[in-house]
Amino acid sequence: MGSSEVATELYVLLSAVLFIMGAMGVLLRRNAILVFMSVELMLNAANLALVAFARQWASGAGHLMVFFVMTVAAAEVAVGLALIVAIFRTKKSIDIDNLHMFKG
Amino acid sequence: MSGVPSLSDLNIAATLPASFLALYACLLMIVDLFIPRTRKHVTAGLTILGLAISLVLALLPLGGVARFGDGERAFGGMYIADQFSDGVNVIALITALLGVMVAYNYLDRIQRQRGEYYYLLLFTTLGVMVMGAAGDLVVVFVALELLSIPLYILSGFRWPQEASEESALKYFILGAFASSFLVYGIALVYGATGVTDFEGVWRAVEDIIAEDASGKYLLLVGAGMLLVGLGFKVAAVPFHMWTPDVYQGAPTSVVAYMSVAAKVGGFAALVRVLGCGMANFSLDGGLVAAWQDTVWLIAALTMILGNMVAIVQSDLKRLLAYSSIAHAGYILIGVAAAGSVPVANEAARAVIMYLTAYAFTNVGAFSVVIAVERDDASNTGLESMRGLAAKQPLLAASMAVFMLSLTGIPLTAGFVGKWFVFKAAIAADLIPVAVVGVVTSLVSAYYYLRIVWYMYFEQGEGEAHVPVPLAWAISIATVGTLVLGIFPYLLSDMTNEITLAFGP
Repeated sequence: MGSSEVATELYVLLSAVLFIMGAMGVLLRRNAILVFMSVELMLNAANLALVAFARQWASGAGHLMVFFVMTVAAAEVAVGLALIVAIFRTKKSIDIDNLHMFKG
Repeated sequence: MSGVPSLSDLNIAATLPASFLALYACLLMIVDLFIPRTRKHVTAGLTILGLAISLVLALLPLGGVARFGDGERAFGGMYIADQFSDGVNVIALITALLGVMVAYNYLDRIQRQRGEYYYLLLFTTLGVMVMGAAGDLVVVFVALELLSIPLYILSGFRWPQEASEESALKYFILGAFASSFLVYGIALVYGATGVTDFEGVWRAVEDIIAEDASGKYLLLVGAGMLLVGLGFKVAAVPFHMWTPDVYQGAPTSVVAYMSVAAKVGGFAALVRVLGCGMANFSLDGGLVAAWQDTVWLIAALTMILGNMVAIVQSDLKRLLAYSSIAHAGYILIGVAAAGSVPVANEAARAVIMYLTAYAFTNVGAFSVVIAVERDDASNTGLESMRGLAAKQPLLAASMAVFMLSLTGIPLTAGFVGKWFVFKAAIAADLIPVAVVGVVTSLVSAYYYLRIVWYMYFEQGEGEAHVPVPLAWAISIATVGTLVLGIFPYLLSDMTNEITLAFGP
C-alpha cells in the first residue's frame, strides 16, 4: 500500500462513527423523516465499510453487496415514504411521539 | 469463481419450489391487473393453487420421493437445497396457505379485498424460503428484505385506520434499523474473512482461530451485530419492543401469518449464519462456539420476559404477541445448542420441529381471534372468549387444542417441539437454560389455560362468525397440531439427515 493511500482502518473507523451517528439519530430524533434519514446513514456507513474491506481483500464480493444494499434501500424508501405520507394524512403529524395508541 | 457460469452450472432445478413460486408471484402480479375488483376470489384461488404446487414440489424431496437438480448447491453455492431448506420450505408454504385462507373473508369484512394482499404474501413466503436455503450472507440480506418489505405494507393494509398505519410505521422503522445492523455485521464478517459465502467463512474462521489473529475480534463484533439484526426479526429480548404494538395494530389476518413467517425466516437464517458459517468459531479452540453463551442468555431472558408480561395482558392479540416472544426464546435454545459442534445437526432438526409445531398452533390461535373479532377491530379482549364453548363448541375445542399446544401439553405439537429443543439443549450441556424453559412453560400454563377456563366455565356472548375458508384453516391447524403431537416421527424421520457443517 503506497504512502499516499489511506489505511483501511481509517475508513472502517469513519464508517463506525457514521453508523453510531445514524443509530443515535434513530433513537433521539422525533421526526419520522429524520429517523428514516438516520437509518439510511447507517446503511451507507455499512456500505463504506464494505467498500473499504473489498479494497483491502481485493475481492469483488464487497462491491456486489453494496449494489444489493443500495437497491434494497431504494425499495425501502418507496415503502417508508408511502407509510409516512399515509400517516400524515390521518394524523396531520409525523412526530413519532404521537404514535402511542397502544400501551401495556 | 472466475469465468461466466453456464445455465446448467447454476443447477436451477434444485431450487424448484422457490424459483417456481418466484415466477408464479410475478405472473400473478400481472394477471391480477385484469381481474376486476369484485372478483378477487379468483386471485385468492390462484394464490392457493401456486402455493399448493410449490408445496408439492417441496414435499417431494423432503419425503425422499424425488430430488431435483444435481446436488445440493445451486447458483454457485449461494443457494443450498438440503433437508433443512426443504423443511423450511414446507413450513413457510403451509403457513402461507393457512394465511390466505384466513385472510379471504377477513379482507371482505374490513373492505380491503385487494389483489396486492395475495401476491405480497407470496413474495414474503419466497423470502422465508430463500432465507432457509441461503448459502451466502448477501442472500441472507436480500431474502430478509424480501421477507420484510411486503410485511411492512401488509401491516398497514387497513389504512386509513390509525392503528394499522401506526403499527406499519413502527414495524418499518424498527425493521429498517435492524436491517442496517445486519448489513454492518455482514461488512465486519467480510472484513475479517474476505468472503461472504458460508463455506468460505467457515474455512476462514478455522484459519483465524489457528493463527490467533486479531481478525477474531472483528468477527466477534460482526457475529454480534448479525445476532442483533436477526434478533429483531424473531422478536428476542431485548429487541422485542415492537412486537406487541405491531401485532395489536396490524390486521389480524396479517398477524396470523407474519407471527409465524417472520420467525421461521429469522430462525432459519440464524441457524444458517451461526450454525453453518460460524459453528467452529470458538475463541479458545474448543468445540463450543463463542456465540453460544450470548444466545442462551438471550433465550433465557426472552422466555422469562415473554411469559411474565403475557400474564397481565387483557387483549388477546397482545397476549399472543407476548406468547410469541416467549416461544422465540424456546426456539433460541435450539439455536444455542447448535453452537456445540457434536449436537449441531440435532439442534437444527429441533428448530425445524418446533417451528412446524409453532406454525400450526399459532396460525390456528390467531384464526380464532379473527373469528371473534368484530368488523371494527374490536372484541379482541380476553372477555370475548367467555362462553365460547356453549355457542361455538367446535371453535372452542380448536382454541383449547391450540392453547394446550402452546403450553406444551403431551399429545399436542407444542410438546413435541419443546421435547426436541430441550433434548438438544441437554445434549449440548445447556441444562440451566433447559430448566428455565421448563419452569417458564409451567408459568405460561396460567395464562393459556385461563383462556380455556373462560371458554368453558364462564358465561358470555360467545359471538363468532366462521366462514368456510376460515373453518378450513382452523380445522387444518387443529389436525396438524394433533397429528404432529401424536405421530411426531412423521416429521422427525423426514428431517433426520439434516447436516449443517461443511465437509473437511
